Amino acid sequence: MVKNVGWAVLAALVVAPWLGVGAYPLHLMIMALLWGYIYTSWSIMGRLGMVSFGHGAFLGIGAYGVVLLWNTLGWSPWIGAIVAVAVTLVVATLIGWPCFRFKIVGHYFALVTLALSEVARLLIVALRDTTGGSLGITPKSALTGDATGSLAALQFSNKLVWFYIVLGCWLAALYVWHRVDRSMSRLALEAISEEEDAAASVGIDVSRTKLKVTLLSAAMTCIGGVLYAQYQLYVNPETVSGIGISLQMVFGVIAGGLFVMLGPTVGAVLLLVLSETLRVLVGNQVHGLDLLIYGALLIFFIIYMPRGILGEVLHRLRR
Amino acid sequence: MLRVAGVSAGYGSFQALFDVSLEVNAGEAVAVIGPNGAGKTTLLRVISRLIEPRSGDLQMEGRRYNDAAAHEVIGLGIAQVPEGRRLFPRLTVEDNLRMGAFTPAARAQYGQRLEFVYDLFPKMKERRGQLAGTMSGGEQQMCAIGRALMSGPKLLLLDEPSAGLAPVIVQSIFALMKRIRAQGFTVLIVEQNIQQVLKVVDRAYLLETGRIRQSGPAAELLASDEIRRAYLGV
Amino acid sequence: MDQIFDVFLLEAVLNGILLGGLLALLALGLNLIFGVIDVVWICYAELIMVGMYMIWWMHSGLGLPLALAFVLSIAFVAALGAAMHHFIVRPVLTAEPINQLLVTGGVLFFLQAAATVVFGVEFRNIGVRLPGISIGDMNLSLARLIAFAVAIAAIAATYLFLTRTYVGTAIRAISQDRAIMPLMGVNPSRIYLVTSALGGALAGLAGCLLVLQYDIHPAIGLSFGPITFLICVMGGLGNLIGGFLAAFVFAQFISVGGFMLQLEWGYVLAFLFFIGVMFWKPEGLFARRR
Repeated sequence: MVKNVGWAVLAALVVAPWLGVGAYPLHLMIMALLWGYIYTSWSIMGRLGMVSFGHGAFLGIGAYGVVLLWNTLGWSPWIGAIVAVAVTLVVATLIGWPCFRFKIVGHYFALVTLALSEVARLLIVALRDTTGGSLGITPKSALTGDATGSLAALQFSNKLVWFYIVLGCWLAALYVWHRVDRSMSRLALEAISEEEDAAASVGIDVSRTKLKVTLLSAAMTCIGGVLYAQYQLYVNPETVSGIGISLQMVFGVIAGGLFVMLGPTVGAVLLLVLSETLRVLVGNQVHGLDLLIYGALLIFFIIYMPRGILGEVLHRLRR
Repeated sequence: MLRVAGVSAGYGSFQALFDVSLEVNAGEAVAVIGPNGAGKTTLLRVISRLIEPRSGDLQMEGRRYNDAAAHEVIGLGIAQVPEGRRLFPRLTVEDNLRMGAFTPAARAQYGQRLEFVYDLFPKMKERRGQLAGTMSGGEQQMCAIGRALMSGPKLLLLDEPSAGLAPVIVQSIFALMKRIRAQGFTVLIVEQNIQQVLKVVDRAYLLETGRIRQSGPAAELLASDEIRRAYLGV
Repeated sequence: MDQIFDVFLLEAVLNGILLGGLLALLALGLNLIFGVIDVVWICYAELIMVGMYMIWWMHSGLGLPLALAFVLSIAFVAALGAAMHHFIVRPVLTAEPINQLLVTGGVLFFLQAAATVVFGVEFRNIGVRLPGISIGDMNLSLARLIAFAVAIAAIAATYLFLTRTYVGTAIRAISQDRAIMPLMGVNPSRIYLVTSALGGALAGLAGCLLVLQYDIHPAIGLSFGPITFLICVMGGLGNLIGGFLAAFVFAQFISVGGFMLQLEWGYVLAFLFFIGVMFWKPEGLFARRR
């Protein structure tokens, strides 16, 4: 029953923008799906116990990577994305490998990744001559004359195009989540049923698998950064790197539900609804009010609803 | 001095003690003997208020103390030497002893009590600056007992003091028990080593699967056929 | 290259030592909380930031004498630390470590945002200008020298507290065996509260030292928070002595690296060093086997 409702909603989602939704609501839907995609990418790692507070770095590498390569070298964002993903994989390995090989988990891992995202932000700010520092940077427009979109430059003024791009990526992320979920349970079962003698070889497999999942998660997040930069056409260090965005990612997933496939997306929608509501109620006058409420909500959720909204709902439905 | 009446206790759905009652009078040495898993440690935990009993009364010197918090029990004069010594491994011997004197009342007497413990255990004085975790089992036991004595207790609880120690050390531990008794301390010992402990105490209770099966003077129990057959391999 | 002795390099090294003292103070607070309570206060730097704002508000706003503002601020942050433990950390002590990290992460957001709402985003300064001291060709900031001296004194005082007092010994003991603490008449919750207050007080003190040297801004926690984490991890999380030593090592990288290249690159270098250490000794340079 739930499955059928799900498919119906999905169908509505796919068709609705085509039928005509206002520009701003469409923007919101794009943002919801984009952040849903990014949060889902994070959660692939997160739900396996590898809680990274550093995904802001990967987001930043993706976003700044494509913009800088386009602006300074004229490289198409397609190429830029490949470069960014490559850099992301290197960085993720540098951090991930010693952690997994030597079983550094929990607090150590979280703190190291947190520092990583901050160093990324610091680097971006330090290289202000190239990156524009805290003021941010905009990719040079490729749309001359009447052109509404350029595939080579990955810029489209028609939001509808972006909607379907992001929708596609989001669905792909859900699929990846599903596949990882399936193969993880198999691995876990194997690990449990194996005898002690085989533990050593299983141990090595576990490390390598963890690294694989980490690389996957990092690469997907990096692509999220690419999409964000190309869609918004503006990035600054605060929005795509640093502790702030990293924490927000984790919060979003936790709020929605870490162990449920659609949890991260629910979290993204929640955060979006929150910031929009605040914007309507309070306007942009009061700096920091939204963060204030984020913070209070995060604390509230962790203490009283650790399964997240969706997780809690599903848990009760199953009772 | 100590009266335990009708205590039932357990962990989750598992019940460890069924309607257990015992008494320890001032100046006595009493043992609770029984096999592994009988519930002996659970009993001591209830007495020290580390776990909440399902029913029953706890009385010390005539006053009911069921509502006392775990950290208030030492203030009633009950000090426990837990199973496995449980010293603080990375604190020195002297720091461990100092922890025993944490309560304000004990702090006031710190100097005197430390002297007393060092007199009782000269080896501890030698090793006062040594990290407790680096000592042998027997030395750790001495230190653990010393730590409990630092609070100047009226009643000393000992949970399996001979467990995990080499036979030679076990002998010295029970000799130690005799010395502590001679100093006038009231003692409640929980032990699996029935042979040795019955030589040191006045009275004993036999605890089997959570129930008191027998009780009486130590000599009587030592001579009892049941006990000899079941536990002393005779 | 005839001159083996470069006086400006020496100045950088000395500045590194001075910085090290301050970072060691930061590391001490964080390590203390983690070592005893087993929780990382991600928002530790934000507590310092709050302390700095308190000083500014009391001194520049209300006109209180600076010394009084310092004392009150330390007391305030100590209370804040205890309150945070009691209301926010305690409920999640038995939950997964990630929940504990997230809950203090929430406090991080909250404090930063609260500071923004109350004090705005402009840089604030208490307007105290301390002179520099010249030793030969070197210029050392008096503010830094004072900060170093006070930090070292505070660390020494904390050491004495932990080793010579009953409560201090209990704090050391509880991280080794929490379950038996009640047997000695120690209420574990109270020890945690005291430890939290102490951690907060150290943060408040750090705020006093920083406010003499830097402007205040809601996001300044980001300038030294992550570094403090790295230092603690490098020295072995929870290892007070390890953190102390790691702070000085790290500070040298920042200072000398910043001297040889450019300021921000000192940090990047320090971070690369950190990654190197992680590959070599992931438990931390001086990790204790727990």
